[in-house]
Amino acid sequence: MVTNLSNVLYLSSFVFIPLLMLLGLWLARNIKQVRGVMVAGSSALLLLAVYLVFDFLGARSADPTSEMLFTGGFDWFIPLHIRYDVGVDGISVAMILLSAIIVFTGTFASWKLQPLTKEYFLWFTLLSMGVFGFFITIDMFAMFMFYEIALIPMYLLIGVWGSGKKEYAAMKLTLMLMGGSAFLMCGIFGIFYGAGGETMNIVSIANGDPIAFSQQCIWFPLTFIGFGVLGALFPFHTWSPDGHASAPTAVSMLHAGVLMKLGGYGCFRIAMYLMPEAAAELGWIFLILTGISVVYGAFSACVQTDLKYINAYSSVSHCGLVLFAILMLTQTSCTGAILQMLSHGLMTALFFALIGMIYGRTHTRDIRELNGLMKIMPFLSVGYIIAGLANLGLPGFSGFIAEMSIFVGSFQNADTFHRVLTIAACTSIVITAVYILRVVGKILYGTCTNEHHLQLTDATWDERLAVVCLIVAVAGLGLAPLWVSDMISTGVNPIVDHIHTAAANVVSQSNPFL
Amino acid sequence: MDYSQFLCMTEELSLLSVIVILFLADLFVCGKEERGLACAADGTCAVSGCGCHFRTVFPVLLMLVHTVINLVPWCSACAAPAEAFGGMYQHTAMMTIMKSVLNVGVIVVFLMAAKWLNAPENRIKMGEFHTITLFTVLGMYFMISSGHFIMFFIGLELASIPMTALIAYDKKRMESAEAGAKFILLALFSSGLLLYGISLIYGACGTLYFDAIGRTIQPNLLSILGLVLFISGMGFKISLVPFHLWTADTYEGAPTVVTGFLSVISKGSAAFVLFTVLVKVFGSEAFMGAWSEGFFWIIIASITIANLFAIRQKNLKRFMAFSAISQAGYLVLGIMGGTSQGMTALVFYLLVYMAANLGAFAVLHVVEQNSGKIGMDDYDGLYQTNPKLAFLMTLCLFSLAGIPPFAGFFSKFFVFMAAFKAGFHLLVFIALVNTVISLYYYLMIVKAMYIKPNDNPIATFKSDCGTRAALAICTAGVILLGLVSCVYNYIDSFAYGL
Repeated sequence: MVTNLSNVLYLSSFVFIPLLMLLGLWLARNIKQVRGVMVAGSSALLLLAVYLVFDFLGARSADPTSEMLFTGGFDWFIPLHIRYDVGVDGISVAMILLSAIIVFTGTFASWKLQPLTKEYFLWFTLLSMGVFGFFITIDMFAMFMFYEIALIPMYLLIGVWGSGKKEYAAMKLTLMLMGGSAFLMCGIFGIFYGAGGETMNIVSIANGDPIAFSQQCIWFPLTFIGFGVLGALFPFHTWSPDGHASAPTAVSMLHAGVLMKLGGYGCFRIAMYLMPEAAAELGWIFLILTGISVVYGAFSACVQTDLKYINAYSSVSHCGLVLFAILMLTQTSCTGAILQMLSHGLMTALFFALIGMIYGRTHTRDIRELNGLMKIMPFLSVGYIIAGLANLGLPGFSGFIAEMSIFVGSFQNADTFHRVLTIAACTSIVITAVYILRVVGKILYGTCTNEHHLQLTDATWDERLAVVCLIVAVAGLGLAPLWVSDMISTGVNPIVDHIHTAAANVVSQSNPFL
Repeated sequence: MDYSQFLCMTEELSLLSVIVILFLADLFVCGKEERGLACAADGTCAVSGCGCHFRTVFPVLLMLVHTVINLVPWCSACAAPAEAFGGMYQHTAMMTIMKSVLNVGVIVVFLMAAKWLNAPENRIKMGEFHTITLFTVLGMYFMISSGHFIMFFIGLELASIPMTALIAYDKKRMESAEAGAKFILLALFSSGLLLYGISLIYGACGTLYFDAIGRTIQPNLLSILGLVLFISGMGFKISLVPFHLWTADTYEGAPTVVTGFLSVISKGSAAFVLFTVLVKVFGSEAFMGAWSEGFFWIIIASITIANLFAIRQKNLKRFMAFSAISQAGYLVLGIMGGTSQGMTALVFYLLVYMAANLGAFAVLHVVEQNSGKIGMDDYDGLYQTNPKLAFLMTLCLFSLAGIPPFAGFFSKFFVFMAAFKAGFHLLVFIALVNTVISLYYYLMIVKAMYIKPNDNPIATFKSDCGTRAALAICTAGVILLGLVSCVYNYIDSFAYGL
């Protein structure tokens, strides 16, 4: 049975465009054609994403009640009740926009990548196809499929084009994430059969008969850990520093910028939304784990000497904050969580882009060997400072508004347990400032002592384009946060309300701190 | 006697006529060919160099005709369940599907083998390869369609004894002969076990008809022992742990084409038969508990042990042997619960596994033919010299590991789903964790081909059209079978279970 074919085609164009790009890359004969295909495709994706945002805002004001807009779908595996269902709400539209920006800038950040450029972009495009597919679908099977499509290209992207301990890092990352998706698949079966085995559509499951509480308590942890591995949940985050440090620039950008958001999005959209009672019962365990992620990640970043490791641990801390805010379950904190995903995605991509550009020149990422870069490459250095300031949450950049909403929202929980955890997590703001300013002071200021570094040049046009795009996005989000946060909260509020209604009678029995 | 009951055996009859035609053609065409193509011996003749040769293409065409004739429902009666010879032979639409799956596999194997068979040392016994292969397939047909344990046993023997000749096909190569000897000894031993199990069941029930046994059998020590022996015998054919010990040596010694045949087609038909017999004969509540418990441990052991052994293999044929054991474990997951969803999942899994595994074997085979190398280290840097082959190998390995959007992801998802629905949550979880281990060793080959540097990689070569056609079929299967849902939906419309 096909419903709303036009919507299906509209949203699926986010998958079709990468498919066409794959075809184009396959046929491309030289590097110019490869670049042409990538620029055309990623610009088309970006334009389509921007159009979707405005289209969505218009449609939302016309129809403020439906949970998902632009829904449609068709039967896929009829005997198993698997459908290809698409639909977006404020959260997914924001994520699609983020992904489109990162893919666009990532293309320019890997402009001069050698060797095997064509193959590199093939896997890169496959990865972005998975990411877009994950955000447009609302059927668990299709989501899971796209989720895995997004994971596996990482192996080759890191393994072939990476640096350092690339084989080890690629294998570790792939196996840990696939281990997570093994948990996840089990959780998906549990949800599907727990909800009656009639539909895989998330909205239908949420609005149908609730899953039995005892079932929820088994499948919620599995699902949450499954997605949490990708969202850098402590202690499953260890793939992240190695993976980021070894990955080529654009892959780090895409991975930290978008792929890690799949984890937070999935935790919220599938684990919490479909199993609200278990989330209320068992959420405290994960709240403590994410609290550890936040603080531990920040402290780890302080002692690293490799620029990429610093940002990888910083990502652990900030992505931990996303999961933390989701588990706090107030409307403000959850909106903050989605804003944090956006903001972290943009500024981490900016960071990794800049680190990649600096590394491409100096051939070292060790902060003990870098100093005085400000005079040598002023454009990159200023970009780095902007990224750093955004990262530590300076007002005017996206980080501020996101963290502000998260901590204010988290503090709205009246009990001691949540408040103490909130205060503990707040310390990460200070620690972030420590490691950001330490790096900025060390590598950008002072005088350059390395003869070789004095010969280096500043950014080229393709690098400038990528950096400027990201800075504009980070600053835009920081200066005019309301239109985005309004859009996000139209998606977040119904979910949070649903969770509160469903779990109204659950007082966590297992939490010893209450 | 009513001769019309032969009509429901159209599949067997048409396969038999294919065999006879090939046999006669071999007799009459052979001499002429050998005389007319004197240039072929030194490999310079364009026709034989490509492998497109009348004697290799003809069997493929015949099998194609045979498959199409049987798959297309000519009349409404063809699809209806039927039986012949008082229930000795049974026929349902699902069996036609299963036989067609085997046919497709055989076609791919024939295509892969074309150039190898055309080599001077094999040309003289080329006809035997095709006829013997088809005889084993005929055995599988009878096994699938049997309604009686004697019929089943004859089918099984017809499927395994000619197989020995295939395994020992390179009779001048010691490993091949050794593999053949190992296979026949263990095959006979397992047949003995199976036969003993059947005799115990006969003792318990007084009949050998599946339907009659299913109605009368009571769970007592005698019949349970019969069940255990039956499962052991079948476990050998499917190469499940702990009946897998012959697998690695036989797979390594047999010619690569035959290994591909062995790992997919012989294994798949046995798994399907196991499913139908368990449902038909041992479908009652009490037996179900017994064999479910047994398979619970067999599956865990197969998947885990095979995965752990596969990690350490250096020879890719041995590697594929352990991979095949673990895949057999996943295949048998579809049996759990004996549901119709499980049957669909099993047949679909088999179809997808066939595409992916034969694709991988086609690459192994063509590399072995052109460079003589089969070790994992030899594949280092293959992407630099033979990018297309390396890429196709990657697709097949990803499909075997269950990575979307390739078909392996779908088939794995569906067997897990079927077993989960039947209530085996822990089993599914353990199997899922094992997919991560299997991903590790499949990625090791990918790593060898793409990442590892090699000073002396396998030289660039041009593969023959037979292999290309085989690879094209397999790649199409790997990419399309999952995404295009009509195959699964079609199979499901004929599935039955408890």
